[in-house]
Parts: sequence; structure tokens; C-alpha cells
Amino acid sequence: MHELAIAEDIVDAVCARADGRTVRRVTVRIGKLTAVVPAAMRFCFDLAVEGTVADGARLEIEERAGEARCNECGAEVELADPILLCPCGSADLAVTAGRELQIVSMEVG
Amino acid sequence: MCATCGCGHTHSHVEITLEQKVLAKNDELAAANRTFLESREITAINLMSSPGSGKTTLLERTIHDLAGRELAVIEGDQETQLDAERIRSTGCPVVQINTGAGCHLDAAMLRDAIDRLQPVRRALLFVENVGNLVCPALFDLGERGKVVVISVTEGTDKPLKYPYMFATADLVVVNKVDLMPYVDFDLGACRAHVASVNPKAEVLALSATRGDNLNSWYDWLAAA
Repeated sequence: MHELAIAEDIVDAVCARADGRTVRRVTVRIGKLTAVVPAAMRFCFDLAVEGTVADGARLEIEERAGEARCNECGAEVELADPILLCPCGSADLAVTAGRELQIVSMEVG
Repeated sequence: MCATCGCGHTHSHVEITLEQKVLAKNDELAAANRTFLESREITAINLMSSPGSGKTTLLERTIHDLAGRELAVIEGDQETQLDAERIRSTGCPVVQINTGAGCHLDAAMLRDAIDRLQPVRRALLFVENVGNLVCPALFDLGERGKVVVISVTEGTDKPLKYPYMFATADLVVVNKVDLMPYVDFDLGACRAHVASVNPKAEVLALSATRGDNLNSWYDWLAAA
């Protein structure tokens, strides 16, 4: 359940930045190639905010699809999982999106 | 009343842009670990696997066979000192980290363990992560290399079932090849599965108990 450690990291970061103000909303970006499950993330976020200035804050998740460029045929390929395979048969792909794990913004006040 | 959300407050809410990496704190601590280890020319190897793949047995055998080299071990488990006791009985310096409910080691835990262990300059430091093929993949510790160990009893398709872990590996060790006659394990297919999630990873098939191909493992460590 690494989502709990990640949720605690997010809550620590937003609380530090909130500087005592109440956090109303936190927006995070999660790529599909990161092994972070949004449902587990929501569950853990609600636990991690308890007793902090972010208690009760809404979590918004922007999911990002996995994308790669094939170094053989040049095609842009969408990846549903980390298995690197182009329809042309090549496994020589450069991942261009889907590994994001970022705190985008928050609303305080 | 607040126009944004109707919360009953008279003030307006403020939007703050952060655009910062989650796990930035762990990554910072891992970078500090890496700098510290490099300054002492210590090579740290992070060993990750499911429980029971033979990580500790591989370490016991490695400590025995590399008797001329300075080695040190950090053991990670949820509970008990059992693995540290196995390593300690070989005479190798070791500390145990118990994560309790935690399912992985992080960079802060590693720094604390390094401070307790005080590995000597130019040591080869093995970090045996918590047995788990999911969570440890996300946490950089500041190590030089990541090794994922699987055993032939676990099945050929492990790299496809746990692709995030195998995608992080510098080396995949396939252990317990002495049991190949008794199990349905296809080494060629397993190599292909590793390549499909991580074309750069090396794969070494060996047996920590019988000794098959351990020289390749020692060669890899010497070059790490």
C-alpha cells in the first residue's frame, strides 16, 4: 500500500505551503505508468489529511495516459501498461508520457 | 457566503500552483544518500523481490565467496531480526530495519540505517528491501543499482504480472535454477518478458544454494 506513503507526502507538501490556511482542494496528476491506483490514492488521502489543515479537502486527480514513440517506425503509441510494444513489433520505445506523479495545485482559504 | 464553494465564509479562496513532484522529499533524501555513498566510494545495491525468492541465501553465499572484499548489509523486513541474525552469523556487518506496517524502504530509512551501520570506505553495501514486488519500485534509496530477484518456482510470467518493478531493474536474477527439473519454468520466455518491460535489464540465471553461474553475479557486482 505505497499509496499511503505517497498520500502522506502530498499532505506534508501542501500543508507546508498552506502556511496555516485551510486547504480546500488538492489537484494531483497521476500517470498510468506509475503504479499508483487512483481509488487507493483517494482512500489514503482521506486518512492522511486527518488532523491537518487539509482535513476535509477534496482530492482531484488528473489521470495521464501512457504514451511512447517507436524508435523503429516512428509511430506514436498509447500504452495501457508498462509493457513496451509497438504494433510494428518493435519493443524499442521511448516513453513520452504516463510517468507523471505531481502535485499540480491547491485551493486555500 | 463564499462564491467558490458555498462554504459559509466571507473570504475568497486562493488558488496556488505547485507543479512539484510527489515524492520530491524522498528523491531529495535519495540524492543526498547517493552523494554521501559516492563520497565514500561505497557501492549500494538494492535487492528487491517477492518474499521467499532467496535474497538472504544469495547474500549469505555472496558474503562467503567474496571473503576478500569489504561487505555490509542492511536488512529490511516488516518484523523480526531473523534475516539480520543470519547475516550476522557470517561475520558481516549488518543492521535490520523493521518497517512495521510499511511495505517498502524509503530514503530516510536507508540514511538512518547507514548512520547506524557506518560502512567502511569502498564497501559493497547490500540493501535487502522488504519482500514485495509492488511498492519498493517507487522509492529511490540513493543506491547505485537495483536488482530484482525471482525464483523459478514463482512462474515464468512474473515480469508481466509485476511490470512496474521489473521496469526499474538494472539486473534481474533468476534464482533456484537447480529446481528447474521439477517446475514448469521457461527461462527463454522469462527473458523475453523481462525485455518487453525493460529492454535494458540484464538477466542472470543462477542457483545461490548449488552455486550455478555465481561467477556471473560476482562479475556484475565487480562492475557495478
